[in-house]
Amino acid sequence: MKAFTYQRADTTAHAAAATAKPGAKIIAGGTNLLDLMKLQVETPSQLIDINHLPLDKVEETSEGGLRIGALVRNSDLAADPRVRQRYGVLSRALLAGASAQLRNKATTGGNLLQRTRCYYFYDITKPCNKRSPGAGCAALEGFNRIHAILGTSEQCIATHPSDMAVAMRALDAIVETVDRKGDTRTIPIAEFHRLPGDTPEIETSLKPGEIITAVALPPPPRGVQVYRKVRDRASYAFALVSVAAIVDSARGRIRSARLAFGGLAHKPWRSPQAEQELVNAAVGTSTFNAAANAVLDGARGFGDNDFKIPLTRRTLHSVLAETTGT
Amino acid sequence: MEMNSPVGPNALDAPGIVGKPIDRVDGRLKVTGGARYAYEMQQKTVLYGFVVEASIGKGTIRSIDTRAAEKAPGVVLVLTHRNAPTQGTGNHREAHPVLTGPQVTRYGQPVAFVVAESFEEARAAAYLVDVKYDWSSGKYALRANVDEGRIPKPSDAPAADSAVGDFAAAFAGAPVQIDVTYTTPLQSHAMMEPHATLAMWDDNKLILHTANQMLNQGQQVIATTLKIPLENIRLISPFIGGGFGGKLWVNADAILAAIAARQLKRPVKIALTRQQIFHVTTHRSDTIQRIRLGTDREGRILAIGHDVFSGNLPSEQTYEGAALQTRTLYAGPNRLTRHRLVPLDIPVASSMRAPGEAVGLMALECAMDELAEKLDLDPIELRMRNEPSEDPEKHIPYSSRHLVACMQEGARRFGWDKRNPKPGQVRDGRWLVGIGMAAATRGNPLRLSKANVRLDPDGNATVRMAMTDIGTGTYTILAQITAEMLGLPMERVVVELGDTSFPEAAGSGGSFGAGSSGSALFEACDALREKLARIAGMDPATARFADGNIASGEKSVRLTDLVGTGLDADGEIQPGRNNRDFSQQSYGAHFVEVGVDADTGEVRVRRMLGVFTAGRVLNAKTARSQAIGGMVFGVGAALHEGMTLDPRFGYFVNRDLAEYLVPVHADIPAIEAIFLAELDNESNPLKSKGIGELGICGAGASIANAVYNACGVRIRDYPITLDKLLTGLPVRA
Repeated sequence: MKAFTYQRADTTAHAAAATAKPGAKIIAGGTNLLDLMKLQVETPSQLIDINHLPLDKVEETSEGGLRIGALVRNSDLAADPRVRQRYGVLSRALLAGASAQLRNKATTGGNLLQRTRCYYFYDITKPCNKRSPGAGCAALEGFNRIHAILGTSEQCIATHPSDMAVAMRALDAIVETVDRKGDTRTIPIAEFHRLPGDTPEIETSLKPGEIITAVALPPPPRGVQVYRKVRDRASYAFALVSVAAIVDSARGRIRSARLAFGGLAHKPWRSPQAEQELVNAAVGTSTFNAAANAVLDGARGFGDNDFKIPLTRRTLHSVLAETTGT
Repeated sequence: MEMNSPVGPNALDAPGIVGKPIDRVDGRLKVTGGARYAYEMQQKTVLYGFVVEASIGKGTIRSIDTRAAEKAPGVVLVLTHRNAPTQGTGNHREAHPVLTGPQVTRYGQPVAFVVAESFEEARAAAYLVDVKYDWSSGKYALRANVDEGRIPKPSDAPAADSAVGDFAAAFAGAPVQIDVTYTTPLQSHAMMEPHATLAMWDDNKLILHTANQMLNQGQQVIATTLKIPLENIRLISPFIGGGFGGKLWVNADAILAAIAARQLKRPVKIALTRQQIFHVTTHRSDTIQRIRLGTDREGRILAIGHDVFSGNLPSEQTYEGAALQTRTLYAGPNRLTRHRLVPLDIPVASSMRAPGEAVGLMALECAMDELAEKLDLDPIELRMRNEPSEDPEKHIPYSSRHLVACMQEGARRFGWDKRNPKPGQVRDGRWLVGIGMAAATRGNPLRLSKANVRLDPDGNATVRMAMTDIGTGTYTILAQITAEMLGLPMERVVVELGDTSFPEAAGSGGSFGAGSSGSALFEACDALREKLARIAGMDPATARFADGNIASGEKSVRLTDLVGTGLDADGEIQPGRNNRDFSQQSYGAHFVEVGVDADTGEVRVRRMLGVFTAGRVLNAKTARSQAIGGMVFGVGAALHEGMTLDPRFGYFVNRDLAEYLVPVHADIPAIEAIFLAELDNESNPLKSKGIGELGICGAGASIANAVYNACGVRIRDYPITLDKLLTGLPVRA
């Protein structure tokens, strides 16, 4: 860990201004950042502690949704009765992530900004384009069991590790930010995380000096909400594949469907084509197959992760059967 | 005392404190933080060290630039091969030289050691050491290099090969044959406490507070390595946060700290990081195991063969003895076991909990399940038909063996009769449900141990031995033995362990700890009883010890009136003829129910039962903890654990506990372990046998067999992860 200076932010504007400086980094829960600093994957020269900012409330919005402060802890958000009643998919996704101790510390904003779990990204003696652009990708021809099958590039096949963000993607959440001038901005979660392309080191659409203040959830869509996380052990393991599904069906026909996937891509993955296949379609295997084909259009395995293609198909079938009561 | 004859009736036979489920005497210390581990020992003026690991698998250090590190805040020393002292050499059980030269023989080999005023400064400076390497081509993967397997010749393990009868002809002629190959992966001990040492010198005497399972062995290794007399070395290790074999030998932390402390004339402290442990210390080799079983049509084994490949550094002879239990578990006139060791340029492979049996039974006991299916026989019936009347290779009697009773009692309790032998038939919602079983066996070694027990006029007894308690409950069982033998309440017994200034002891490993140390203490207590009886003018053979008194006939005397200023006695145990003339193992049977998600292939254990016989149980509670802990280890081995080697770099990719998966609480369902009554008159004066490793033996195989019963997919490459099951699972249609 490199030596760094520590500063406690008094106001959101102060935090935004401070983080605009090169080498500055926000710390909230620190559950990911501190690990990365110990390994010198992250080497900030200054930490801006925002834990004392008043961003720790969950509030009703005038549209009938919820606004979640950036500092709301994962445990608190999962336990919030409004989340549990109206956004079950989010509560379940949160509780499927990490461990109780980590969820007590981890924040909503930090969860969105956590870094990939790619083994080679975590080891500074191995080439990684995300850590040092142009160095190459050790995962492409290395051990890539946990890596992406959708939206990959020749530069990076890492996945985004969050469960929470997958549920938020299904819920069409809006990320709210403020910059150093005090200007606010809203970013649809679809545009918040980026695919790796030629710049895997740029993971979000946040600009320097812009910080997350809240995540707004629109009113809950109709339908049954399910979060299914497939993993190698029963707890404290990242998703091999996860599915956040909100499906509204009646009398054997699907009225609307939203599907978001974790463990498959550099960002929480949504497939409008797959959802299109489901709308107004009859509940059943052929419909589910069509949706799975649409999700997996363009999917590519890299050896150890080839299994994610059939696993995604099978998991989606299972989730659609569950949400449609078949 | 040498174990040369059966143990007759003795003072432990009457119901008493030994055997009771007594809480750990060190439990309160542990849960309140009062038990201090090596890294928690404090010294004024202490310095902190941090290891720089080689980041190549094989090659040479071309240059090593330490200038930036030396100039960094707080740094007082950067040790490299250029300024490290000459050290003694040997295999990993004999010596542990560090920073010996520019050659890199394995990934993670320490290439520098940075010492600073604070841990943070040492760690930061370690990243500033600039090492440049010339790579050589290395051999890293076991499977790719099996052709280079050679016959290992270790000095401290059984011969690599064994043969009885004519295996080849008998197998070829057997009406029913099984010929299958199983593999097990590289495994890491993943104990909770990292390897840690605080080293300090008092003139020419070295004191090491260090996490080590076998202190007297460690003392010898350090003497050889540092080229100093044994008597100038003191190891102190009263509490150890788990070892599982990873702390059997001396690791780099102890030697680096000792060298730096000597150069700097200040105490030096080091703890390996979790990531470093995977490469800097030892691991269990992966194995490739071919099992061949030939039987007649009734399932009686005619030929049994087990061939094992494992890997290690070219300089090592330690092999994974995965076929050792196959020499003794089942009957059969024609037998062949062979171990081959493949030289590999990866970190040292050594003992991990139940070396040999833990992974050997994962192959043998699954092959037995495959054989049972082929014969259309119940798996328990197959095993009963091959129950031997004597050790089938050595032709010597078993000291005690109740495997059949374990299987029958387990079957009754678990509801084995409800198992559908046809796989894939039982459904519970999304889950395919299956049941499996496997036999458990683990060798019962005895090692030289000594003990001293002293009774003081205040009525307190103090036990001293250089034994360790690695979390197993040694303090507690030793206190129970003392209380029982001397007729004292538990709270009158103080057990002091973990210091080489105390009498030599076996240490904790190989399931020999309780039997060896407990027997030495039993002998010491027996000697003290004799002294006390003589002083009291009583016959030692008939004197009774209870409530702090010694009594004979109507006469009763307080012990405190007999000890003067304090009275002590020594005891000793060592292996003897019984360890050659009897085949000594503990036994058991595992029963498991698992669910396999029919869609995703996720495997979750639903319930587990282990039924064991291991001689006298010294403490029902800590014994159960050992047994279920071993069974949890088996869950990890079957379903989760495995280090992945990246052959491009010669390193283990998933080197932290987020990616090297061990079972977590949510993976462990209803789990129960019971011990059937047994006394072993040939094993040791306690009539006990080892239990620390028995629980893992066979547990993994029972899970694999249950997975097969659940879904009809037989996976022969551990761990059984969902990606391997998927293609065999039913398609939703």
